[in-house]
Amino acid sequence: MSNMTGNKKKAPKSSSNGMRILKQMSYNRLAMLGAFILLIEVVLALLAPVIAPHNYASIDIAVAMQGPSLTYPLGTDDMGRDILSRLLYGARYSIGMGILAVSFGMFFGCIVGSIAGFYGGKVDNIIMRILDVIQSLPSMVLVIVLSAVLGAGFFNTILALSIGGIPANARLLRAQMFKVRENEYMEAAVSINCSKIRIIVKHLLPNSISPMIVSATMGVASMIVAAAGLSFLGLGVQPPAPEWGAMLSSSRQFIRTSPHMVIFPGLAIGITVLALNLMGDGLRDALDPKLKR
Amino acid sequence: MTPVIETKRLKKYFSTAHGVLHAVDDVSLTIEEGRTLGVVGESGCGKSTLGRTIIHLLEKTEGQIFLHGKDISDVKGNELRKAREKMQIIFQDPYSSIDPRQTVEEIIREPLLVSRKYKKSEINDISDELMELVGINMRLRTSYPHELDGGRRQRVGIARALALNPDFVVCDEPVSALDVSIQAQVLNLLKQLQQKRGLAYMFVTHDLSVVRHVSDNICVMYLGQIVERCPSVELFKHPLHPYTKALLSAIPSVDLDNLKKPEIIKGEIASPINPKPGCRFAPRCKYATEQCHDAQQQTEITPGHFVACCRVNEVQ
Amino acid sequence: MVTKNENVNTSFLEVKNLTVEYFSKEQVVHAVNDISFQLEKGKTIGLVGETGAGKTTIAKAILRILPDVGSRITSGDIYLNGKQISSLPEKEMQKIRGNNISMIFQDPMTALNPVQRVGEQIAEVVALHNDISAEETKKRAEDMLGFVGIPKERYREYPHQFSGGMKQRVVIAMALACNPGLLLADEPTTALDVTIQAQVLSLIDQLREQFNTSMILITHDMGVVANTCDDVAIVYAGSILEYGTKEQIFRNPSHPYTIGLFHAIPNMNVEEEWLHPIEGLPPDPADLPDGCPFNPRCSYATEECLRGKMTMQITPDGHQCRCCHIEDVLKGEK
Repeated sequence: MSNMTGNKKKAPKSSSNGMRILKQMSYNRLAMLGAFILLIEVVLALLAPVIAPHNYASIDIAVAMQGPSLTYPLGTDDMGRDILSRLLYGARYSIGMGILAVSFGMFFGCIVGSIAGFYGGKVDNIIMRILDVIQSLPSMVLVIVLSAVLGAGFFNTILALSIGGIPANARLLRAQMFKVRENEYMEAAVSINCSKIRIIVKHLLPNSISPMIVSATMGVASMIVAAAGLSFLGLGVQPPAPEWGAMLSSSRQFIRTSPHMVIFPGLAIGITVLALNLMGDGLRDALDPKLKR
Repeated sequence: MTPVIETKRLKKYFSTAHGVLHAVDDVSLTIEEGRTLGVVGESGCGKSTLGRTIIHLLEKTEGQIFLHGKDISDVKGNELRKAREKMQIIFQDPYSSIDPRQTVEEIIREPLLVSRKYKKSEINDISDELMELVGINMRLRTSYPHELDGGRRQRVGIARALALNPDFVVCDEPVSALDVSIQAQVLNLLKQLQQKRGLAYMFVTHDLSVVRHVSDNICVMYLGQIVERCPSVELFKHPLHPYTKALLSAIPSVDLDNLKKPEIIKGEIASPINPKPGCRFAPRCKYATEQCHDAQQQTEITPGHFVACCRVNEVQ
Repeated sequence: MVTKNENVNTSFLEVKNLTVEYFSKEQVVHAVNDISFQLEKGKTIGLVGETGAGKTTIAKAILRILPDVGSRITSGDIYLNGKQISSLPEKEMQKIRGNNISMIFQDPMTALNPVQRVGEQIAEVVALHNDISAEETKKRAEDMLGFVGIPKERYREYPHQFSGGMKQRVVIAMALACNPGLLLADEPTTALDVTIQAQVLSLIDQLREQFNTSMILITHDMGVVANTCDDVAIVYAGSILEYGTKEQIFRNPSHPYTIGLFHAIPNMNVEEEWLHPIEGLPPDPADLPDGCPFNPRCSYATEECLRGKMTMQITPDGHQCRCCHIEDVLKGEK
């Protein structure tokens, strides 16, 4: 045998998949920028009670529709409420609704998709046809109808938004599961007597979930826009709740006289969506093994 | 002595859009304790399906399977679980046969965990023992598959297969995806383990030089049927079936003094869907006659040497 | 075949001091390290080695189809028929690819465009390098199909309608359509069944004789080498460790790695209890050992083997071996 090695080996670093992916993402500057922006927004939203200069609901007609000033950094709306404070509290609504709606959509999509993906065959067929029906309705129409049926309000809106998201999530998961099922380790799990539940939860799901996570990250952005749209239409969350879409809706008639009332909520939505998309892009690239380095 | 594994007229068919695919057709074989049966053939011959059907990864269509003499053809539930513990499998592709999200020790421990027969401490001890047995360095315990090369991954797969202390292991092309120098390491390991634990192997491969080295007996498969079955030394000294001969001659020889031009069999492998009766090799066989379209019987030409060919006496 | 006193360059292909690296933010992979070899017209050289040895990279470097990002040819000259091709501008190189040099890739399943008819894929190659009418192009493509044993009627079929062996024939037809002087075959039969492999190798042989094509055959299968190659180069961790004619390498292997490789192959004609693997693993090309890349696994390794790059020595029968202990190895093997 060899009596000396000329090979200076570095100790192998054990890295979990999760750490590896985060590291991979950190190389993407834009993704990190998006994550940073989002983080700031979340912090601001959480600190709203502390940093908001005014009460977001206090009405003062005397100072209505004023442009940005020292007292009111982003101006006031048609009821004299401070726009900055409303945006800060509004972040809780918009980002909160976005994340919760997506989470519910993912959770139920996961269950439905797993059943279809694991069993295949007839079960898959039936589930897919039901999802087909749901997806054949234009998503905005579906959300509007559901919202109208369920009524306005924070949690009702979240429910309406999430139902629309279930089919897409389920499909993504199911498609990936069909691929993962081809791997021999799935057969190995059967050969060592794993129960069906264990196979799904321990082997199938963790390896299939990445595309769904990426799409979900991007999904938060569209949920925020959808929530804004609902408020805009008079459904969803209603004033005086400072939801960004509702702010847009109630300000549109003043766009020519006091554009700041429309611009700032619009910017808030736009920047948040941009940040989420950048993050989602970065996450997708990090999860794609072919794009490594 | 009762063989560890016996199959009687085992069939596995798949229904496809174009018809019935006869993957395994009427296969009868036995494997003794501590011995290796090599199963050779090319793509589509059904060798992988055969292994998987025997260990119940696939449900048989017809026929019987016996484990230690007990009929396990239709077992379900707890009986099936018990049977499975005695029959394990080592897969071909080291890159897809272990879960990329589990560490080495999680992979090896899982069978023990699932069986619920062992305490936590016992599981740890057994898995350490297994790692040592198959030659995986302890410091790799918490490594992930993507950090290991093909040879090491294959060792993890072997440790997993041995965790439940099986009597029979299907080795499905276990070294085909590995480099030559690593192949030899893994083949030696498999032999060592067989001697240590008295394992019976079904060694499935398309590589005749490998099968020669590891098997006691060999059966040659073509399109779902066994065309020849005999001790492995016999197969290489006196191949009788035209397909076996062609297969052996097609292997490029490494011996410069004996470079022969391989015998080229014309044509392509036929489809296993809705096959015609009779010998499936007949369309490509230079000895074929009318008689070859009748169902072929396995005749014992010399003791222990079975061939399914009606023209065996005319074959050179 | 190169001898000690090679001064005059008569070879059809000459590769000199080729070094290729793949790089990323984190590391540099030394895929090919100062490789030199020659090939005469009409002959075949086998590049033999295991996964990761750098054989495919060599072929891709000759054809200049390495990825644009993340790889670079750090040094080396390549001459085709006396003409320097390694520094040709891309436009000139395009005229050479498919025309003077062609490549057959390893996996026939993915080498063909699934949405294009096979006949058209061959015709495409012809049309790119010849200024002839569409009918003439189609006729040549049909002729090529005939050469490789595929009925002309299948011109308009799609790849999925062909088996693995037949797909590889189509790939060969594409590669030889413009009668290239040099064919690079990267493990052309590894993915095929052994009886189909015999068919395809025989076909390649026939065509080579007919068109007098020179060939670089990349493989890990010594049997294939024995039956198709004239010269052999043993590649390990990006270096050529041994280089000679087939006769020399097979009858008098001199490098410990080559000898180990021959020993590790299960021999069909010999009864053996245990195989003789080479212990250890091939090195990580991003972290090569000092000196000879094989020294961690070599039973003859000494201090000397760690110092700098080994030079090629000449063995008793006149071929090249990159090892400083040839005499010891020879004695050891006796």
